Amino acid sequence: MKTQEFHQINETIHEEKMDNGLQVFLLSKPEMVKTYGIFTTDYGSIDQTFTPLGEDKEITVPEGIAHFLEHKLFEKEDRDVFQDFTKLGASANAFTSFTKTAYLFSATSHVYENVRTLVDFVQDPYFSEQSVEKEKGIISQEIRMYDDQPDWRGFFGTIGSLYHKHPVKIDIAGTVDSIQHITKDDLYTCYETFYHPSNMVLFIAGNFEPEQMMDFIRENQQRKDFPEAPEINRRFPREPASAFKSEEAIEMAVSTPKAYVGLKEQVDGLSGEEILHNELLSDMLLDHYFSTSGKFYDELYQSGLVDDSFHFETEWEREFGFTILGGDSRKPDAFLRRLKKMLLSVKEEKISTEDFEKMKRKKIGEFMRALNSLEFIANQYTHYHMLGVNLFNVLPEIESLKKEDMEEFIENWIQESQMTTFQVKPKE
Amino acid sequence: MKTAKQYTEEQQGYRLHVLPTNKYKTVSIVVKWKAPLEKETITRRALLPSIMEKATENFPSARKLQGALEDLYGTALSADASKKGENHVITFRMEVVNDRYLKDEDSILKKALHILNDVLFHPKSEGEGFSSSVFKREKETLAQRIRSIKDDKMSYANTRLLDHMCSDEAYGVHAQGHLEDLEPLTNEELYSYYKNMLQEDELDVYVTGDVSREELLPLFNEYFVRSAADPAPSTTVSDIQVEEPREIIEREEMSQGKLHIGFRTHTFFGEEDYYALQVFNGIFGGFPSSKLFMNVREKHSLAYYAASRFESHKGLMFVFSGIDPADYDQAKTIILDQKKAVEDGEFTDEDVEEAKQQIIHQLKETMEHPYGLIEILYHQQLSGRQIEASELFERLEKVSHEDVVRIAKKVELDTVYFLTSLEKGDA
Repeated sequence: MKTQEFHQINETIHEEKMDNGLQVFLLSKPEMVKTYGIFTTDYGSIDQTFTPLGEDKEITVPEGIAHFLEHKLFEKEDRDVFQDFTKLGASANAFTSFTKTAYLFSATSHVYENVRTLVDFVQDPYFSEQSVEKEKGIISQEIRMYDDQPDWRGFFGTIGSLYHKHPVKIDIAGTVDSIQHITKDDLYTCYETFYHPSNMVLFIAGNFEPEQMMDFIRENQQRKDFPEAPEINRRFPREPASAFKSEEAIEMAVSTPKAYVGLKEQVDGLSGEEILHNELLSDMLLDHYFSTSGKFYDELYQSGLVDDSFHFETEWEREFGFTILGGDSRKPDAFLRRLKKMLLSVKEEKISTEDFEKMKRKKIGEFMRALNSLEFIANQYTHYHMLGVNLFNVLPEIESLKKEDMEEFIENWIQESQMTTFQVKPKE
Repeated sequence: MKTAKQYTEEQQGYRLHVLPTNKYKTVSIVVKWKAPLEKETITRRALLPSIMEKATENFPSARKLQGALEDLYGTALSADASKKGENHVITFRMEVVNDRYLKDEDSILKKALHILNDVLFHPKSEGEGFSSSVFKREKETLAQRIRSIKDDKMSYANTRLLDHMCSDEAYGVHAQGHLEDLEPLTNEELYSYYKNMLQEDELDVYVTGDVSREELLPLFNEYFVRSAADPAPSTTVSDIQVEEPREIIEREEMSQGKLHIGFRTHTFFGEEDYYALQVFNGIFGGFPSSKLFMNVREKHSLAYYAASRFESHKGLMFVFSGIDPADYDQAKTIILDQKKAVEDGEFTDEDVEEAKQQIIHQLKETMEHPYGLIEILYHQQLSGRQIEASELFERLEKVSHEDVVRIAKKVELDTVYFLTSLEKGDA
């Protein structure tokens, strides 16, 4: 077990790579009542085309299968795993994103039993034809629920209009049609390929003694057998740098139109550090111009083009990156024209040293606030680890940023060809 | 509830609750303004927080105010308004990075408190009104928000259920206000109501973080000053008996139907039966191990979510589920059958114990979050009953199988509401 101390924020991380390849991180916080554990595989909705473990031919699986697998892992031959956590007074959950599937619990008692339950249920799949069929009804209702949410449709519509063929453009849960094709055998194939310990990270944060916890996890892993696993061969289609469509719209029963601008960020050939660096800068930049205190937001708000539903987000991953800005607007065409113009004019704007220091202070405060949450630490530590970066180095990274870094980032940031607009229009 | 260390000080016009802890890297301040829930004032109270957090005397625009907060290491300030039983509560929340230099002349906390004081007591004004541009813009934004309720089908179905269920009760008003009251509202009327609120609302302030009472008191005495106030008496909630359960179906353009069912629990926060109500909810629909989830979702594959929750101060319970429009009758029958099963005692002593452990875990988890702890304490403040966390757990532990059956029978069906798609013949 290795120990890494981060004095500035007063946190210590214990880590060990198990013999089977599983990466474990522990954050002991004896002052907390709660313990939170998250077990993550580097496998999400975009991992659609790959070579299964032990085979040599590449396959493409139905859309939504990673999410389907997440649902089905909770069901065992004789029971539902939620009940196991219930008996231990804990709560459990799971989520699937573009790039990850994660299983988690939160407990205030029986910490070791809960850790064991988490690790054991994820490492012991049971899929049957019957239970796969049953799940199709449940997930269809989950998909329909999202279909009725205009914000969700706007967000995914924008991504769909940014990407030509990259699987980030498909819905994470798939479609009601695509999930009908999923079989028990498909689930086992995906499971065996992507749930190998060497593709997974376990992070436990909270009230426990770290040495004892690491011994506990090590013993648990030593009792299980896994085949040798070579690096996973995943394939993604070559994606042009330009946006798929320059504009797109759908109609829905909404009272107010929704409008978004999407930007396709360039991540090709970037290292983990560079991805983090760009993510921080783009986030700070958007915040500077488009948060409540931002010059551009103020202009949009005062002229009645947006209301406080306006928001932005930027996501940078190994395989793709995008930024989306937008919200409700009663004048969506005028709003989108103005917003695009603002984004393209960022290059001509000047950021003073004083402004830049302020941007940094705000980002540092935001980061420190987030560290109050065990969930944030565990989820983000895992996320950055999978990118090859350490979460606790984010703070020094922000502190070391210079105005010149921002200028350089802006210089290479946006081309008009990388932009798309997307509208959710009220039905006539 | 009392936590290990908690101090309550009667300041001029408000109660200051200090909760020292070393768990967080920040100091959180929560300010709660409380008044009776009334149709006449709700729209004004819904509009006030967004106006107050936009501009003050010293920081006369949203950009300047936000800029000042950002200078303080991105101090977060937010405001909202909500119903708590038949009270209306306006909440301001501020979270400041702890600089550990509290006594320093230039401490972040001191500056942040100064801004908070400005937001609450010195909004930007023009004559007998707020800044007219802020008023105009925020009025439009609220109108927009009210119109958009329909776009979120789950909260729209909740709102419609309450419209039908509580049409003659204060609780039936909309927390975000009503368009017909918003449109004629003038800046002067709103400002005059604000003055009224300063005078009459009951005010509670909570502070938690690595701070001591000794450090905070002088700061609050200097930077958080309310003129003498005369709070209105608390309202007593009306408990209605159901004459005949109702069934209401409404249609909108949507693909999934929202089945929302309202019950009367006749049980209120802090009462003896309240603990058994929590356990009943746990067995019935509060958790993934509950009857609703296991039957509606796992056994019959009808829904992605099927759950219940209760409102503590008004004595209501709601079940909600998203289903295919064609499955309405089946889903409704299964849900009501689950309640009947609890009434008939169809659950084990083990189920009771598990539900209790889930509730205790949930409480402990909430108490560990700064805003969560403050919410629990404020619930107790509202109910006028303060008990220790340990006693709370003890009372939960005492709940028996028999108690749960009794509560299941006490909880009364009021309204079955179904918001569904436009295609006829489904339901």
